[in-house]
Amino acid sequence: MNFKTPLLQLGDVLITSIQTDLSDAQVSEFQQDLVRAIGVKNANAVVIDISALDVVDSFMARVINDTARAARLVGAEVAVCGIQPYVAMTLVEMGRQLFDVQTTFNLEQALAAVKAAVDVRL
Amino acid sequence: MNNKLKSIQLPIKTVDDIVLTRRKAREVAIKMGFGLADQTRLASAVSELARNVIQYAQQGECEISDQSTPEIVILQVLIFDYGPGIADLEAALRDGFSTSQGLGAGLPGCRRLMDEFYIESGLQQGTKIRIQIHASSL
Ligand SMILES: Nc1ncnc2c1ncn2[C@@H]1O[C@H](COP(=O)(O)OP(=O)(O)OP(=O)(O)O)[C@@H](O)[C@H]1O
Ligand SMILES: [Mg+2]
Repeated sequence: MNFKTPLLQLGDVLITSIQTDLSDAQVSEFQQDLVRAIGVKNANAVVIDISALDVVDSFMARVINDTARAARLVGAEVAVCGIQPYVAMTLVEMGRQLFDVQTTFNLEQALAAVKAAVDVRL
Repeated sequence: MNNKLKSIQLPIKTVDDIVLTRRKAREVAIKMGFGLADQTRLASAVSELARNVIQYAQQGECEISDQSTPEIVILQVLIFDYGPGIADLEAALRDGFSTSQGLGAGLPGCRRLMDEFYIESGLQQGTKIRIQIHASSL
């Protein structure tokens, strides 16, 4: 299956989204695209929108964590936004802190969060 | 009253089947009148189990059925494979245990989400897991 990483630039912030579960190959493609784009576009921050996901299982949670870690390694602040309320509830019920990345309800909060983190850094 | 839904069989062979399987489970949950919270719990649990099938056994099968009694609405999902099986079930059900550098959250999480969780597995015996969500029919 062919996969194109959606990327939108807003100042020094890159906004991307995950639309559906990714296969292993798509995961690598997504992470490589994102890391490359951070370099090429000189981005200081990344926001990952997951509002399209009606389920986040532990595999996808790990993919999101790993992606955030890779982005941080190349110097970008990261926030995840748009988690659906029932998805968030289910993740909590599963009993473990599955996300080790900042999550916010909407895009606006995510932008504010990464901007604050970038400001602290500068 | 006998308007139980017919049971549905689905193969689990590719990553896409993970999404298809959990979507089908959600559809059935909607038809049986379960709310959004239960739908999401079920879809997540099915996703974890189908993912395990692909990851550890390459392929398996899923059966979704209506097991309701006069008092309780019961949606059951059976997921089984003839893969390598699980040597130490107790360990596999523990938070954080993973043989694939995963989070080790799948089985214990699935167990917490479901009203009923039953697992049968052993080395070279494949793995069979039965989960159910319940609702009062009143
Ligand atoms: N269908 C299966 N066949 C063989 N082994 C399995 C199967 N399902 C689970 N296991 C074993 O049980 C362990 C725990 O499974 P669990 O789903 O809880 O965690 P995980 O798959 O390792 O990580 P995560 O689900 O958090 O990504 C697995 O690492 C694997 O060794
Ligand atoms: Mg798993």
